[in-house]
Amino acid sequence: MTWAESLLAPARMPKGLKGPGATPPTRRFDVYRNNVMSSLVNALRDGFPVIHRLVGEAFFAGLATEYVREHPPTSPCVVRYGDSFSDFIAGFPPAASVPYLADMARLEYALRQAYHAADVMPVEASEFERPDLAEAKLHLAPAVSVVRSSWPIYDIWRANLDRSKPARLAGAQSVLITRPDWDPVAEPVSAEEAGFVTRLATEPLAIAARNLPDLAPILTRLMLRKSITAVEALS
Amino acid sequence: MLDMTRGHLPKAAGVGFKPQHYTDILADPGAVNWLEIHAENYMGDGGRPLAQLRALSERFPISVHGVGLSIGGADPLDQDHLARLKHLVGWLNPASFSEHLAWSSHGGTYFNDLLPLPYTAETLARVADHIDEVQEVLGRRLLLENPSVYVGFDETDMEETDFLTELVRRTGCGLLLDINNVFVSCTNQARDPREYLSRFPLTAVGEVHLGGHDEDEDLDGMPLLIDAHGSEVVDPVWTLYTETIARMGPKPTLIEWDTNVPDWDMLEAEAFRAARVLAGVRA
Repeated sequence: MTWAESLLAPARMPKGLKGPGATPPTRRFDVYRNNVMSSLVNALRDGFPVIHRLVGEAFFAGLATEYVREHPPTSPCVVRYGDSFSDFIAGFPPAASVPYLADMARLEYALRQAYHAADVMPVEASEFERPDLAEAKLHLAPAVSVVRSSWPIYDIWRANLDRSKPARLAGAQSVLITRPDWDPVAEPVSAEEAGFVTRLATEPLAIAARNLPDLAPILTRLMLRKSITAVEALS
Repeated sequence: MLDMTRGHLPKAAGVGFKPQHYTDILADPGAVNWLEIHAENYMGDGGRPLAQLRALSERFPISVHGVGLSIGGADPLDQDHLARLKHLVGWLNPASFSEHLAWSSHGGTYFNDLLPLPYTAETLARVADHIDEVQEVLGRRLLLENPSVYVGFDETDMEETDFLTELVRRTGCGLLLDINNVFVSCTNQARDPREYLSRFPLTAVGEVHLGGHDEDEDLDGMPLLIDAHGSEVVDPVWTLYTETIARMGPKPTLIEWDTNVPDWDMLEAEAFRAARVLAGVRA
Protein backbone atom coordinates (compact mmCIF):
# COMPACT_ATOMS: atom_id res chain seq x y z
CA MET A 1 0.00 0.00 0.00
CA THR A 2 1.57 3.32 -1.04
CA TRP A 3 0.79 6.79 0.31
CA ALA A 4 -0.97 7.73 -2.92
CA GLU A 5 -3.24 4.67 -2.63
CA SER A 6 -3.91 5.09 1.08
CA LEU A 7 -4.71 8.80 1.09
CA LEU A 8 -7.95 8.69 -0.89
CA ALA A 9 -9.19 5.20 -0.01
CA PRO A 10 -10.27 3.98 3.40
CA ALA A 11 -7.49 1.44 3.06
CA ARG A 12 -4.58 0.41 5.23
CA MET A 13 -1.84 2.78 6.27
CA PRO A 14 1.39 2.63 4.23
CA LYS A 15 4.20 0.52 5.67
CA GLY A 16 7.29 1.92 7.33
CA LEU A 17 5.71 4.68 9.42
CA LYS A 18 6.27 5.30 13.10
CA GLY A 19 5.18 7.53 15.94
CA PRO A 20 6.88 8.22 19.25
CA GLY A 21 4.74 5.62 21.10
CA ALA A 22 4.30 1.86 20.88
CA THR A 23 1.08 1.75 18.84
CA PRO A 24 1.19 1.91 15.01
CA PRO A 25 0.60 5.57 14.08
CA THR A 26 -2.72 5.06 12.30
CA ARG A 27 -4.24 8.10 13.99
CA ARG A 28 -1.28 10.18 12.87
CA PHE A 29 -1.54 8.96 9.30
CA ASP A 30 -5.25 9.75 9.42
CA VAL A 31 -4.38 13.44 9.91
CA TYR A 32 -3.02 13.45 6.34
CA ARG A 33 -5.94 11.44 5.03
CA ASN A 34 -8.41 13.81 6.69
CA ASN A 35 -6.55 16.90 5.48
CA VAL A 36 -6.59 15.68 1.89
CA MET A 37 -10.28 14.77 1.88
CA SER A 38 -11.59 17.70 3.93
CA SER A 39 -9.59 20.29 1.97
CA LEU A 40 -10.98 18.99 -1.33
CA VAL A 41 -14.55 18.61 -0.05
CA ASN A 42 -14.25 22.19 1.26
CA ALA A 43 -13.06 23.35 -2.16
CA LEU A 44 -16.15 21.76 -3.74
CA ARG A 45 -18.42 23.26 -1.06
CA ASP A 46 -16.95 26.71 -1.77
CA GLY A 47 -17.21 26.16 -5.52
CA PHE A 48 -20.78 24.79 -5.56
CA PRO A 49 -22.63 26.71 -2.81
CA VAL A 50 -26.09 26.29 -4.37
CA ILE A 51 -25.65 22.52 -4.78
CA HIS A 52 -24.66 22.48 -1.10
CA ARG A 53 -27.78 24.39 -0.07
CA LEU A 54 -30.05 22.31 -2.28
CA VAL A 55 -28.97 18.93 -0.88
CA GLY A 56 -27.80 19.86 2.63
CA GLU A 57 -24.47 19.27 4.36
CA ALA A 58 -24.76 15.53 5.01
CA PHE A 59 -25.70 14.61 1.45
CA PHE A 60 -23.18 17.06 0.00
CA ALA A 61 -20.35 15.62 2.11
CA GLY A 62 -21.19 12.10 0.88
CA LEU A 63 -21.48 13.21 -2.74
CA ALA A 64 -18.29 15.27 -2.66
CA THR A 65 -16.31 12.51 -0.90
CA GLU A 66 -17.29 10.01 -3.59
CA TYR A 67 -16.39 12.52 -6.29
CA VAL A 68 -12.97 13.26 -4.75
CA ARG A 69 -12.23 9.52 -4.53
CA GLU A 70 -13.16 8.89 -8.16
CA HIS A 71 -12.01 12.20 -9.66
CA PRO A 72 -9.24 13.71 -7.53
CA PRO A 73 -7.67 16.90 -8.88
CA THR A 74 -4.99 16.51 -11.51
CA SER A 75 -3.60 20.04 -11.06
CA PRO A 76 -2.66 22.24 -8.10
CA CYS A 77 -5.00 24.93 -9.47
CA VAL A 78 -7.94 24.09 -7.25
CA VAL A 79 -9.94 27.04 -8.68
CA ARG A 80 -10.43 24.80 -11.74
CA TYR A 81 -11.37 21.71 -9.73
CA GLY A 82 -14.85 20.28 -10.28
CA ASP A 83 -15.14 20.50 -14.08
CA SER A 84 -16.54 16.95 -14.14
CA PHE A 85 -18.71 17.33 -11.00
CA SER A 86 -21.82 17.83 -13.14
CA ASP A 87 -21.27 14.60 -15.11
CA PHE A 88 -20.53 12.76 -11.88
CA ILE A 89 -23.77 14.01 -10.32
CA ALA A 90 -25.72 12.93 -13.43
CA GLY A 91 -24.46 9.38 -12.88
CA PHE A 92 -24.79 9.36 -9.07
CA PRO A 93 -27.94 7.31 -8.30
CA PRO A 94 -28.66 8.85 -4.85
CA ALA A 95 -28.95 12.28 -6.56
CA ALA A 96 -31.56 11.07 -9.08
CA SER A 97 -34.43 12.52 -7.03
CA VAL A 98 -33.08 16.04 -7.73
CA PRO A 99 -33.01 15.86 -11.52
CA TYR A 100 -31.76 19.42 -12.11
CA LEU A 101 -28.74 19.01 -9.82
CA ALA A 102 -26.27 18.19 -12.61
CA ASP A 103 -27.32 21.28 -14.59
CA MET A 104 -26.96 23.40 -11.46
CA ALA A 105 -23.38 22.13 -11.11
CA ARG A 106 -22.69 23.18 -14.71
CA LEU A 107 -24.11 26.64 -13.99
CA GLU A 108 -22.05 27.06 -10.81
CA TYR A 109 -18.86 25.84 -12.49
CA ALA A 110 -19.42 28.26 -15.40
CA LEU A 111 -19.88 31.14 -12.94
CA ARG A 112 -16.63 30.24 -11.18
CA GLN A 113 -14.70 30.07 -14.46
CA ALA A 114 -16.20 33.42 -15.49
CA TYR A 115 -14.88 34.90 -12.22
CA HIS A 116 -11.33 33.84 -13.13
CA ALA A 117 -11.57 34.52 -16.88
CA ALA A 118 -9.20 36.92 -18.62
CA ASP A 119 -9.87 40.67 -18.50
CA VAL A 120 -10.77 42.14 -21.86
CA MET A 121 -11.80 45.49 -23.35
CA PRO A 122 -15.27 45.65 -24.92
CA VAL A 123 -15.60 47.16 -28.41
CA GLU A 124 -16.84 50.73 -28.87
CA ALA A 125 -20.58 51.10 -29.58
CA SER A 126 -19.71 52.65 -32.96
CA GLU A 127 -18.53 49.21 -34.14
CA PHE A 128 -22.18 48.16 -34.32
CA GLU A 129 -22.89 50.83 -36.94
CA ARG A 130 -20.53 49.24 -39.46
CA PRO A 131 -22.22 48.53 -42.80
CA ASP A 132 -20.65 45.05 -42.93
CA LEU A 133 -21.87 44.10 -39.44
CA ALA A 134 -24.16 41.31 -40.65
CA GLU A 135 -21.28 39.51 -42.33
CA ALA A 136 -18.84 40.16 -39.48
CA LYS A 137 -17.84 37.74 -36.76
CA LEU A 138 -18.36 38.91 -33.18
CA HIS A 139 -15.72 37.90 -30.63
CA LEU A 140 -17.06 37.30 -27.15
CA ALA A 141 -15.23 37.80 -23.86
CA PRO A 142 -13.76 34.58 -22.41
CA ALA A 143 -16.11 34.92 -19.42
CA VAL A 144 -19.19 34.43 -21.64
CA SER A 145 -20.94 31.09 -21.66
CA VAL A 146 -24.41 29.61 -21.91
CA VAL A 147 -25.97 26.87 -19.78
CA ARG A 148 -29.05 25.17 -21.22
CA SER A 149 -31.29 23.02 -19.09
CA SER A 150 -34.60 21.17 -19.37
CA TRP A 151 -35.33 22.57 -15.91
CA PRO A 152 -35.96 26.17 -14.78
CA ILE A 153 -32.36 26.28 -13.69
CA TYR A 154 -32.09 30.06 -13.42
CA ASP A 155 -35.23 30.34 -11.26
CA ILE A 156 -33.98 27.61 -8.93
CA TRP A 157 -30.50 29.17 -8.70
CA ARG A 158 -31.91 32.66 -8.06
CA ALA A 159 -34.34 31.39 -5.41
CA ASN A 160 -31.46 29.68 -3.60
CA LEU A 161 -29.48 32.91 -3.49
CA ASP A 162 -32.53 34.77 -2.16
CA ARG A 163 -33.46 31.90 0.21
CA SER A 164 -36.91 31.90 -1.38
CA LYS A 165 -38.90 29.24 -3.22
CA PRO A 166 -38.65 29.08 -7.01
CA ALA A 167 -41.86 30.07 -8.78
CA ARG A 168 -41.87 26.83 -10.73
CA LEU A 169 -40.07 23.53 -10.90
CA ALA A 170 -40.87 22.60 -14.49
CA GLY A 171 -40.01 24.00 -17.89
CA ALA A 172 -36.73 24.43 -19.74
CA GLN A 173 -34.54 27.48 -19.21
CA SER A 174 -31.28 28.79 -20.62
CA VAL A 175 -28.85 31.01 -18.75
CA LEU A 176 -26.37 33.52 -20.14
CA ILE A 177 -23.24 34.07 -18.06
CA THR A 178 -21.16 37.22 -18.51
CA ARG A 179 -18.74 39.29 -16.43
CA PRO A 180 -19.16 43.02 -17.09
CA ASP A 181 -16.60 43.95 -14.41
CA TRP A 182 -15.46 41.65 -11.59
CA ASP A 183 -18.64 39.82 -10.61
CA PRO A 184 -20.16 37.26 -12.98
CA VAL A 185 -23.78 37.86 -13.98
CA ALA A 186 -26.27 35.07 -14.70
CA GLU A 187 -29.52 35.92 -16.44
CA PRO A 188 -32.21 33.92 -18.23
CA VAL A 189 -32.33 34.08 -22.02
CA SER A 190 -34.55 32.34 -24.57
CA ALA A 191 -33.47 29.04 -26.11
CA GLU A 192 -33.02 30.85 -29.45
CA GLU A 193 -30.82 33.51 -27.84
CA ALA A 194 -28.75 30.82 -26.12
CA GLY A 195 -28.27 29.08 -29.45
CA PHE A 196 -27.28 32.37 -31.03
CA VAL A 197 -24.59 33.06 -28.41
CA THR A 198 -23.20 29.55 -28.84
CA ARG A 199 -23.13 29.88 -32.65
CA LEU A 200 -21.31 33.21 -32.51
CA ALA A 201 -18.18 31.23 -31.71
CA THR A 202 -18.06 29.91 -35.28
CA GLU A 203 -20.56 31.78 -37.43
CA PRO A 204 -20.91 35.36 -38.70
CA LEU A 205 -23.57 37.48 -37.06
CA ALA A 206 -26.40 37.14 -39.61
CA ILE A 207 -26.02 33.38 -39.93
CA ALA A 208 -25.76 32.86 -36.16
CA ALA A 209 -28.94 34.93 -35.78
CA ARG A 210 -30.99 32.99 -38.36
CA ASN A 211 -33.42 31.50 -35.79
CA LEU A 212 -33.82 34.70 -33.76
CA PRO A 213 -37.14 36.54 -34.07
CA ASP A 214 -35.41 39.72 -32.86
CA LEU A 215 -31.66 40.22 -32.68
CA ALA A 216 -31.71 43.54 -30.82
CA PRO A 217 -32.44 42.38 -27.22
CA ILE A 218 -29.63 39.83 -26.99
CA LEU A 219 -27.14 42.00 -28.87
CA THR A 220 -27.91 44.94 -26.59
CA ARG A 221 -27.54 42.70 -23.57
CA LEU A 222 -24.14 41.43 -24.70
CA MET A 223 -23.04 45.04 -25.29
CA LEU A 224 -24.26 46.22 -21.90
CA ARG A 225 -22.48 43.27 -20.26
CA LYS A 226 -19.22 44.36 -21.98
CA SER A 227 -19.09 40.95 -23.59
CA ILE A 228 -18.24 41.74 -27.22
CA THR A 229 -14.52 42.26 -27.63
CA ALA A 230 -14.12 42.56 -31.41
CA VAL A 231 -16.09 42.85 -34.63
CA GLU A 232 -14.06 41.04 -37.25
CA ALA A 233 -14.80 41.55 -40.94
CA LEU A 234 -14.63 38.21 -42.73
CA SER A 235 -14.51 39.46 -46.30
CA MET B 1 23.36 32.80 -12.46
CA LEU B 2 20.55 33.69 -10.14
CA ASP B 3 19.47 37.29 -10.09
CA MET B 4 20.02 38.47 -6.54
CA THR B 5 19.33 42.15 -7.20
CA ARG B 6 15.57 42.13 -6.65
CA GLY B 7 13.88 43.74 -3.68
CA HIS B 8 13.76 41.97 -0.36
CA LEU B 9 11.00 41.51 2.15
CA PRO B 10 11.34 44.05 4.97
CA LYS B 11 12.51 42.75 8.34
CA ALA B 12 9.06 43.52 9.64
CA ALA B 13 5.68 41.85 10.20
CA GLY B 14 3.46 40.62 7.37
CA VAL B 15 0.29 38.56 7.06
CA GLY B 16 -1.14 36.03 4.64
CA PHE B 17 -3.52 38.01 2.42
CA LYS B 18 -7.20 37.05 2.53
CA PRO B 19 -9.57 38.75 0.05
CA GLN B 20 -12.06 39.63 2.82
CA HIS B 21 -9.41 41.95 4.31
CA TYR B 22 -8.72 43.82 1.07
CA THR B 23 -10.49 47.08 1.93
CA ASP B 24 -9.23 47.11 5.53
CA ILE B 25 -5.62 46.58 4.48
CA LEU B 26 -5.69 49.46 2.02
CA ALA B 27 -7.45 51.72 4.53
CA ASP B 28 -5.10 51.06 7.46
CA PRO B 29 -2.47 48.31 7.34
CA GLY B 30 -1.33 49.10 10.92
CA ALA B 31 1.62 46.89 11.87
CA VAL B 32 1.48 44.98 8.58
CA ASN B 33 4.32 45.91 6.24
CA TRP B 34 4.11 43.16 3.63
CA LEU B 35 1.78 40.46 2.36
CA GLU B 36 2.07 36.84 1.33
CA ILE B 37 -0.16 35.09 -1.18
CA HIS B 38 -0.57 31.44 -2.11
CA ALA B 39 0.64 31.21 -5.70
CA GLU B 40 -2.05 28.73 -6.74
CA ASN B 41 -4.86 31.18 -5.92
CA TYR B 42 -3.54 33.62 -8.52
CA MET B 43 -3.21 31.34 -11.53
CA GLY B 44 -6.53 32.22 -13.12
CA ASP B 45 -6.51 34.20 -16.36
CA GLY B 46 -7.84 37.43 -14.84
CA GLY B 47 -10.70 38.80 -12.78
CA ARG B 48 -10.81 40.27 -9.30
CA PRO B 49 -8.08 38.10 -7.68
CA LEU B 50 -5.42 39.31 -10.10
CA ALA B 51 -6.71 42.91 -10.05
CA GLN B 52 -6.51 42.96 -6.24
CA LEU B 53 -3.03 41.47 -6.31
CA ARG B 54 -1.84 44.09 -8.82
CA ALA B 55 -3.23 46.88 -6.62
CA LEU B 56 -1.71 45.43 -3.43
CA SER B 57 1.68 45.00 -5.10
CA GLU B 58 1.78 48.74 -5.75
CA ARG B 59 1.56 49.38 -1.98
CA PHE B 60 3.24 46.39 -0.34
CA PRO B 61 6.17 44.04 -0.90
CA ILE B 62 4.63 40.69 -1.84
CA SER B 63 5.86 37.20 -1.01
CA VAL B 64 4.66 34.42 -3.33
CA HIS B 65 4.27 31.20 -1.37
CA GLY B 66 3.71 28.08 -3.45
CA VAL B 67 1.81 25.14 -2.01
CA GLY B 68 1.52 22.89 -5.07
CA LEU B 69 4.92 22.32 -6.65
CA SER B 70 5.58 19.02 -4.86
CA ILE B 71 9.31 19.65 -4.55
CA GLY B 72 9.62 16.72 -2.14
CA GLY B 73 7.84 14.33 -4.49
CA ALA B 74 9.20 11.26 -6.26
CA ASP B 75 7.77 12.35 -9.63
CA PRO B 76 9.44 14.91 -11.90
CA LEU B 77 8.21 18.48 -11.32
CA ASP B 78 4.96 19.34 -13.12
CA GLN B 79 6.24 21.44 -16.04
CA ASP B 80 2.86 23.09 -16.64
CA HIS B 81 2.76 24.19 -13.03
CA LEU B 82 6.32 25.43 -13.11
CA ALA B 83 5.42 27.47 -16.21
CA ARG B 84 2.41 28.97 -14.37
CA LEU B 85 4.70 29.92 -11.47
CA LYS B 86 7.19 31.47 -13.86
CA HIS B 87 4.40 33.53 -15.40
CA LEU B 88 3.14 34.75 -12.00
CA VAL B 89 6.61 35.53 -10.66
CA GLY B 90 7.43 37.17 -14.00
CA TRP B 91 4.65 39.76 -14.06
CA LEU B 92 4.44 40.31 -10.29
CA ASN B 93 8.20 40.41 -9.61
CA PRO B 94 7.60 39.62 -5.92
CA ALA B 95 10.10 40.32 -3.15
CA SER B 96 10.31 36.62 -2.33
CA PHE B 97 9.30 33.17 -3.55
CA SER B 98 8.98 30.20 -1.22
CA GLU B 99 7.84 26.58 -1.31
CA HIS B 100 7.75 23.57 1.00
CA LEU B 101 9.88 20.57 1.89
CA ALA B 102 6.91 18.32 1.13
CA TRP B 103 5.09 16.61 -1.72
CA SER B 104 1.52 17.07 -2.89
CA SER B 105 1.26 15.31 -6.28
CA HIS B 106 1.91 11.73 -7.30
CA GLY B 107 1.07 9.83 -10.47
CA GLY B 108 -0.95 12.74 -11.85
CA THR B 109 -3.12 13.20 -8.75
CA TYR B 110 -2.91 16.40 -6.72
CA PHE B 111 -3.65 15.80 -3.04
CA ASN B 112 -3.97 19.44 -1.88
CA ASP B 113 -1.94 18.77 1.28
CA LEU B 114 1.71 19.05 2.28
CA LEU B 115 2.81 15.43 2.66
CA PRO B 116 6.04 14.27 4.32
CA LEU B 117 9.06 12.49 2.89
CA PRO B 118 11.75 10.33 4.47
CA TYR B 119 15.15 11.96 4.84
CA THR B 120 17.79 9.84 3.09
CA ALA B 121 20.68 10.36 0.67
CA GLU B 122 18.33 9.44 -2.17
CA THR B 123 15.57 11.93 -1.27
CA LEU B 124 18.19 14.59 -0.58
CA ALA B 125 19.60 14.26 -4.11
CA ARG B 126 16.13 14.38 -5.64
CA VAL B 127 14.95 17.42 -3.66
CA ALA B 128 18.22 19.22 -4.46
CA ASP B 129 17.66 18.54 -8.17
CA HIS B 130 14.10 19.86 -7.92
CA ILE B 131 15.26 23.03 -6.15
CA ASP B 132 17.98 23.56 -8.78
CA GLU B 133 15.34 23.21 -11.50
CA VAL B 134 12.92 25.67 -9.83
CA GLN B 135 15.65 28.25 -9.23
CA GLU B 136 16.85 27.86 -12.80
CA VAL B 137 13.38 28.27 -14.33
CA LEU B 138 12.30 31.13 -12.07
CA GLY B 139 15.70 32.81 -12.19
CA ARG B 140 15.65 33.53 -8.50
CA ARG B 141 16.49 32.04 -5.13
CA LEU B 142 13.83 29.94 -3.45
CA LEU B 143 13.14 29.83 0.28
CA LEU B 144 12.27 26.29 1.40
CA GLU B 145 9.96 25.84 4.39
CA ASN B 146 10.43 23.20 7.08
CA PRO B 147 7.27 21.04 7.31
CA SER B 148 4.80 20.09 10.02
CA VAL B 149 4.95 16.32 10.35
CA TYR B 150 2.66 13.83 12.05
CA VAL B 151 4.49 10.54 11.38
CA GLY B 152 8.09 9.41 11.15
CA PHE B 153 9.60 7.05 8.53
CA ASP B 154 11.60 3.90 9.35
CA GLU B 155 13.73 4.76 6.29
CA THR B 156 14.82 8.18 7.55
CA ASP B 157 18.51 8.23 8.46
CA MET B 158 19.15 11.99 8.47
CA GLU B 159 17.99 14.71 10.84
CA GLU B 160 15.64 17.20 9.19
CA THR B 161 17.99 20.03 10.17
CA ASP B 162 20.94 18.24 8.51
CA PHE B 163 18.79 17.60 5.44
CA LEU B 164 17.93 21.32 5.19
CA THR B 165 21.54 22.38 5.84
CA GLU B 166 22.75 20.12 3.05
CA LEU B 167 20.05 21.42 0.65
CA VAL B 168 21.22 24.98 1.31
CA ARG B 169 24.84 23.97 0.69
CA ARG B 170 24.07 22.11 -2.56
CA THR B 171 21.53 24.49 -4.13
CA GLY B 172 22.15 27.91 -2.61
CA CYS B 173 18.47 28.10 -1.64
CA GLY B 174 17.37 29.96 1.47
CA LEU B 175 15.05 28.71 4.19
CA LEU B 176 11.66 29.75 5.48
CA LEU B 177 11.67 28.88 9.17
CA ASP B 178 8.14 28.08 10.35
CA ILE B 179 8.41 28.11 14.13
CA ASN B 180 4.90 26.75 14.61
CA ASN B 181 5.89 23.82 12.36
CA VAL B 182 8.98 23.26 14.53
CA PHE B 183 6.78 23.19 17.64
CA VAL B 184 4.18 20.91 15.99
CA SER B 185 6.73 18.46 14.53
CA CYS B 186 8.88 18.26 17.65
CA THR B 187 5.87 17.79 19.94
CA ASN B 188 4.52 15.10 17.61
CA GLN B 189 7.85 13.26 17.69
CA ALA B 190 8.41 13.74 21.46
CA ARG B 191 11.45 15.91 20.76
CA ASP B 192 12.68 19.20 22.15
CA PRO B 193 12.02 22.14 19.79
CA ARG B 194 14.92 24.11 21.34
CA GLU B 195 17.30 21.31 20.47
CA TYR B 196 15.91 21.33 16.88
CA LEU B 197 16.32 25.11 16.64
CA SER B 198 19.87 24.90 17.99
CA ARG B 199 20.73 22.74 14.94
CA PHE B 200 18.79 24.81 12.39
CA PRO B 201 20.98 26.70 9.88
CA LEU B 202 19.74 30.16 10.90
CA THR B 203 22.10 32.02 8.59
CA ALA B 204 20.05 30.76 5.60
CA VAL B 205 16.71 31.98 6.99
CA GLY B 206 15.05 34.61 4.79
CA GLU B 207 11.61 34.56 6.36
CA VAL B 208 9.80 33.29 9.47
CA HIS B 209 6.26 31.91 9.68
CA LEU B 210 4.08 31.91 12.78
CA GLY B 211 0.63 30.33 12.93
CA GLY B 212 -1.83 28.49 15.12
CA HIS B 213 -2.38 24.75 15.49
CA ASP B 214 -5.03 22.37 16.83
CA GLU B 215 -4.42 19.92 19.68
CA ASP B 216 -5.37 16.24 19.60
CA GLU B 217 -3.97 12.94 20.94
CA ASP B 218 -2.82 9.74 19.27
CA LEU B 219 -3.89 6.21 20.27
CA ASP B 220 -1.18 6.11 22.97
CA GLY B 221 -2.59 9.29 24.51
CA MET B 222 0.44 11.25 23.33
CA PRO B 223 -0.05 14.79 22.04
CA LEU B 224 -0.84 15.11 18.33
CA LEU B 225 -0.68 18.72 17.16
CA ILE B 226 -2.22 19.60 13.81
CA ASP B 227 -0.97 22.55 11.75
CA ALA B 228 -4.41 24.03 11.08
CA HIS B 229 -3.63 27.79 10.76
CA GLY B 230 -7.03 28.46 12.27
CA SER B 231 -6.22 30.18 15.57
CA GLU B 232 -3.83 32.49 17.40
CA VAL B 233 -0.14 31.68 17.77
CA VAL B 234 0.29 29.91 21.14
CA ASP B 235 2.56 31.31 23.87
CA PRO B 236 5.25 28.57 23.66
CA VAL B 237 5.64 29.38 19.93
CA TRP B 238 5.95 33.11 20.74
CA THR B 239 8.67 32.24 23.26
CA LEU B 240 10.59 30.13 20.72
CA TYR B 241 10.18 32.96 18.20
CA THR B 242 11.52 35.58 20.63
CA GLU B 243 14.52 33.37 21.50
CA THR B 244 15.26 32.68 17.83
CA ILE B 245 15.01 36.33 16.79
CA ALA B 246 17.40 37.18 19.64
CA ARG B 247 19.88 34.66 18.18
CA MET B 248 19.59 35.47 14.45
CA GLY B 249 18.41 39.09 14.43
CA PRO B 250 15.19 40.44 12.91
CA LYS B 251 13.72 38.58 9.90
CA PRO B 252 10.59 39.16 7.81
CA THR B 253 7.88 37.48 9.90
CA LEU B 254 4.50 36.30 8.65
CA ILE B 255 1.33 35.52 10.57
CA GLU B 256 -0.52 32.67 8.78
CA TRP B 257 -4.23 32.37 9.44
CA ASP B 258 -5.95 30.38 6.69
CA THR B 259 -9.05 28.81 8.26
CA ASN B 260 -11.63 30.45 10.56
CA VAL B 261 -10.10 33.68 9.27
CA PRO B 262 -10.56 36.44 11.90
CA ASP B 263 -11.48 40.05 11.26
CA TRP B 264 -8.68 42.39 10.23
CA ASP B 265 -8.15 43.91 13.68
CA MET B 266 -7.45 40.53 15.26
CA LEU B 267 -5.03 39.52 12.51
CA GLU B 268 -3.29 42.90 12.67
CA ALA B 269 -2.95 42.47 16.45
CA GLU B 270 -1.00 39.22 15.87
CA ALA B 271 1.23 41.03 13.39
CA PHE B 272 1.72 43.82 15.95
CA ARG B 273 2.87 41.25 18.48
CA ALA B 274 5.49 39.97 16.03
CA ALA B 275 6.52 43.56 15.26
CA ARG B 276 7.13 44.16 18.97
CA VAL B 277 9.41 41.13 19.16
CA LEU B 278 11.27 42.34 16.07
CA ALA B 279 11.68 45.74 17.72
CA GLY B 280 13.35 44.00 20.64
CA VAL B 281 10.46 44.36 23.05
CA ARG B 282 9.47 41.28 25.04
CA ALA B 283 6.33 39.71 23.54
